[in-house]
Amino acid sequence: MQALTSFDKVLLNLLQGNLPVCSRPFQKLAEELGTEESVVLERLKELKKEGYLRRIGTFFNSSRLGYEGTLVALKVREDRVEPVAKAINTLAGATHNYEREGGYNLWFTLLTPSPEVEKGILARIRALDGVESMLNLRANRKYKINVQFKLA
Amino acid sequence: MEKRQEIDELDRRVVRALQGDFPLVAEPYKALAEECGLSEEEFLARVEALWAEKKIRKMGAVLRHREVGFKANVLVAWEVPAERLDGVAHQMAESPHVSHCYDRNTAPNWPYNLYTMVHGTSREECEEIVGTLAKETGVKNRTMLYTKKEWKKTSMRYFTEA
Repeated sequence: MQALTSFDKVLLNLLQGNLPVCSRPFQKLAEELGTEESVVLERLKELKKEGYLRRIGTFFNSSRLGYEGTLVALKVREDRVEPVAKAINTLAGATHNYEREGGYNLWFTLLTPSPEVEKGILARIRALDGVESMLNLRANRKYKINVQFKLA
Repeated sequence: MEKRQEIDELDRRVVRALQGDFPLVAEPYKALAEECGLSEEEFLARVEALWAEKKIRKMGAVLRHREVGFKANVLVAWEVPAERLDGVAHQMAESPHVSHCYDRNTAPNWPYNLYTMVHGTSREECEEIVGTLAKETGVKNRTMLYTKKEWKKTSMRYFTEA
């Protein structure tokens, strides 16, 4: 992996903010950076290929799109962690699934189009072999969602 | 939580088009508009509206934080006295090391009501950052939920159920 150049860092810091909503957004970013649209596009493709960029895309406010979101913690018997984790991975609404240190050893986020769907899914997960306990940790308020890393 | 809102079919199409990888081409919105059978102008107007309605919260890049030097992260669950929750949450959200800060329900034998995702360059740095947050807010009881394995990390695909 090549080290990031100072141009890359400025470009990535700018692009972690908001992508312009206009016909030629990369042209607009290029102007701010004092370069050409084609330079920005080529460099972004390279940074993606090299693995620095996870994604350039749109992030939605799930509750405003009508989705229910929650964080679920499971206490899973050690020899059953893998099959339970794999079962969770198959759920479209389970976007993040992590094995963690501590008594509750499997944590996943779940987005569903209705409380009924959520209830059904959680009942199925709770019933999986090896799942000893479950916490449904619904968010009351989101104070910050901002995965942004300032590169210096 | 925000009130649930009705989403019309056209918005659903726009969301479906936008939720994939943003096209790295000179006229990306035109390319996305074509996918939904809209003109570029109509599509841009819908995107503006989705922003205005706060249905979009961000458009742009997400870095692979390990690759850019933030090699360690930890989910910290804090037990904050109810009357101090709002103030402490605001205080923690202000830290540049905290990417996510949510107030969540507690459960029997699970007293933690505030969750922060903390990023650092090493586990030691994460410990230091969390120690500082604890000192600054006076919140003593917490549990550090370090990742042992990432089983899945994806972006949500909305409106694909049926």
